[in-house]
Amino acid sequence: MEIKVLGPGCAKCKQTEEIVRQVVAEEGIAADIEKVTDIMKIAGYGIFGTPAVIVDGEVKCVGKIPKKEEIKTWIKK
Amino acid sequence: MKIINNTQCCNTVSNNPDAGNAAEKNNGMRRYILYAIPVLVIWWLIYQRLSEFSHAVTYRLLNLPEGNHLSSAIEFFLYETPKVLMLLVLVVFGVGIIRSFFTPEKTRRILAGKKESLGNILAALLGIVTPFCSCSAVPLFIGFVTTGVPLGVTFSFLISAPMVNEIALVLLYGLFGWKIAAIYLGTGLLIAMIAGWVIGRLRMERHLEDWVLQIQAGGNGMVEEHLNWEDRIRYGFDAVKEIVGKVWIYVVLGIAVGAGIHGYVPEGFMASIMGKGAWWSVPIAVLIGIPMYSNAAGIIPVVHALIEKGAALGTVLAFMMSVIALSLPEMVILRKVLKPALIATFAGVVGFGILIVGYLFNILI
Repeated sequence: MEIKVLGPGCAKCKQTEEIVRQVVAEEGIAADIEKVTDIMKIAGYGIFGTPAVIVDGEVKCVGKIPKKEEIKTWIKK
Repeated sequence: MKIINNTQCCNTVSNNPDAGNAAEKNNGMRRYILYAIPVLVIWWLIYQRLSEFSHAVTYRLLNLPEGNHLSSAIEFFLYETPKVLMLLVLVVFGVGIIRSFFTPEKTRRILAGKKESLGNILAALLGIVTPFCSCSAVPLFIGFVTTGVPLGVTFSFLISAPMVNEIALVLLYGLFGWKIAAIYLGTGLLIAMIAGWVIGRLRMERHLEDWVLQIQAGGNGMVEEHLNWEDRIRYGFDAVKEIVGKVWIYVVLGIAVGAGIHGYVPEGFMASIMGKGAWWSVPIAVLIGIPMYSNAAGIIPVVHALIEKGAALGTVLAFMMSVIALSLPEMVILRKVLKPALIATFAGVVGFGILIVGYLFNILI
């Protein structure tokens, strides 16, 4: 599984990365978590806000810090 | 707190079949309304008595003498702080619920392909209600421009979104009354509409950084979230937690500075520096405002105290708009997508609009 956290480095983006890592660790799922901070790359995903979370190429969440429960449903498939 | 915990419980069972879940959500909704009415009544009762409260604490509890600088400053602080914070909580909650209806994606869809003038008006208005944070400015900008929103319309949105926001309006309403809040809302929107329109007319598309235009039109098939009323109410609570949690300290500090000025600076002191007579004060206020980066919450209480001591309203409004709308950090971020000529035009057009507003109000009021 490939998880990307998109965000140029604002406080919310850092929190999002932390919480995603935390949930992945708790659920014991093998996933590549990548933080994308380059604004050009972020723009390339066609999203309208940050932070954003992309799981296996699918945009799951834009412009807010996801809740733990939400992240669980994204990665448990 | 208890209410919020309950909703999280509801949420974790969302894997259950829809029927049972819907009934539960309905119950949740009813519970919210039952809670909301007494909370609002209590809110109103407290709000009504703040003036008595601050007076009583200052002169009876602390036993300060009437009419000296310190007691005047303390009474001001004890009155304004809870008043502004209470207003802020209520309005941020309300706006949070309204915002749950508008996502940047929806706003984009409304604006895409709109003709310029109508587009500028819509964009400025949508700027009030679309959730926006300045760190999202670049992805949002690119998302808009590459999917058919005209450049000028995008700018109308980008100018209005930070400048005309609920926090500024609450503080202006709380500290100056509804007329000034309405003036700020009206002129802020007007600047956003006209500045965006002008930028559109100037045909500056070629001053976008080249890589922006090479980006494939976005719209990554983001699934629309279906929110029910309970979700929206939770959205409102989240907004309160996040926004009030972040700005309360600025409000308190700002009011403390304001209280100091209120108590100690002599009446009319600002009249000579920032008064109507000093024509140069408006451009200087705008220039000083650019490198200053503060949110509305921090700046307005200070502004309030300045006006009280004789600073002219137009000058002060210009200063405030400049601080909020023309921030250096935001321009640094935007530099990644805009060539210098376009940034300069943006700053120039908006700055000019603010100048006019400043002079207009100094003449009118």
